[in-house]
Amino acid sequence: MNERDGFEQRLREARTRQGLDKPSEGGKQGLPPGPMGIGFRVGVELVSALVVGIGIGLLLDRWLGTKPWLFLLFFVAGSAAGILNVYRLFNPRSGRKI
Amino acid sequence: MAAEGKAIDALSQFELAPFLGTIGESVRFSQSNAHMLLVFGLITALMIWGTAKRAIIPGRIQALAESSYEFVHELVVGQIGHEGKRYFPFVFSLFMFILFGNLLGLLPYAFTFTSHIAVTFALAMLVIVVVTIVALAIHGLHFFSYFFPEGAPKLLAPLIIPIEIISYLSRPVSLSVRLFANMVAGHVMLKVFASFVVMIGSAGALGFLGATLPLAVNVVLIGFELLVACLQAYVFAILTSIYLHDAVHLH
Repeated sequence: MNERDGFEQRLREARTRQGLDKPSEGGKQGLPPGPMGIGFRVGVELVSALVVGIGIGLLLDRWLGTKPWLFLLFFVAGSAAGILNVYRLFNPRSGRKI
Repeated sequence: MAAEGKAIDALSQFELAPFLGTIGESVRFSQSNAHMLLVFGLITALMIWGTAKRAIIPGRIQALAESSYEFVHELVVGQIGHEGKRYFPFVFSLFMFILFGNLLGLLPYAFTFTSHIAVTFALAMLVIVVVTIVALAIHGLHFFSYFFPEGAPKLLAPLIIPIEIISYLSRPVSLSVRLFANMVAGHVMLKVFASFVVMIGSAGALGFLGATLPLAVNVVLIGFELLVACLQAYVFAILTSIYLHDAVHLH
């Protein structure tokens, strides 16, 4: 190993690695693309939000005794949350890549 | 085992059985738990063995340990940033546990514990509880502004907040279902085509020839399953770090 070669460069790399310098953008990995993967993700996101919404609705109904109404309300909210999840999938919140 | 009678029994591979007969039965220790312990031991052995020599030119084990470490390190730092380094042990443990569980499950006679929703959902709940605690610890009560995007009209608050909360709570569900469904689907497909091999192959000389077709499919499927096993561990790890990113940076 030649110790002196590229010392400046290695120092810079080490400083970046330790967070002393500004990290360079663009090194972010994303989720692997591909039509199958995206399709499956969209499906899972939609269904899971719907399931959580329905679950909350049913639990609140049993607790408060308002049989069908909160279930219906949270069914709609769950669907909306599912759409929101799918929207977030392609347009993430804070400018990071998915 | 595969094709008793004429029915294809693809789901019995996911049944839990007591480990070591009566000993396992009395303490409720199934083969699933045994495989988790085995994975734990394998990861520990890999990391201890891999870092024991600390050679400048790494051997095979050391190269494996180092590259898995660096892979997850890159992922965590790339997603969360430099504040994310303190969460690296958490993401690394999750990644290695799921990766080894998925890969071990592909071996004959092995059990895939990641094909149980109970296991994956417990992992996902762990992730979401940790993420919420991290967010609360860093931002305090300001964390709850996460559920109401800045600049939205105040009038819409009763509409937006429940939807955002449901969206937040759906994360563990989608995280666990994704891993669980991928593992179950892969193993069921392998079993179904393996059953075809046995069923067609038992139909005489012509059947023996015909059985090569599902056998070839299974060869391809095993390769595909290797990909899925690594990919799902990666997806779990990267989604965990995306959630941690949201917790650290909030907006």
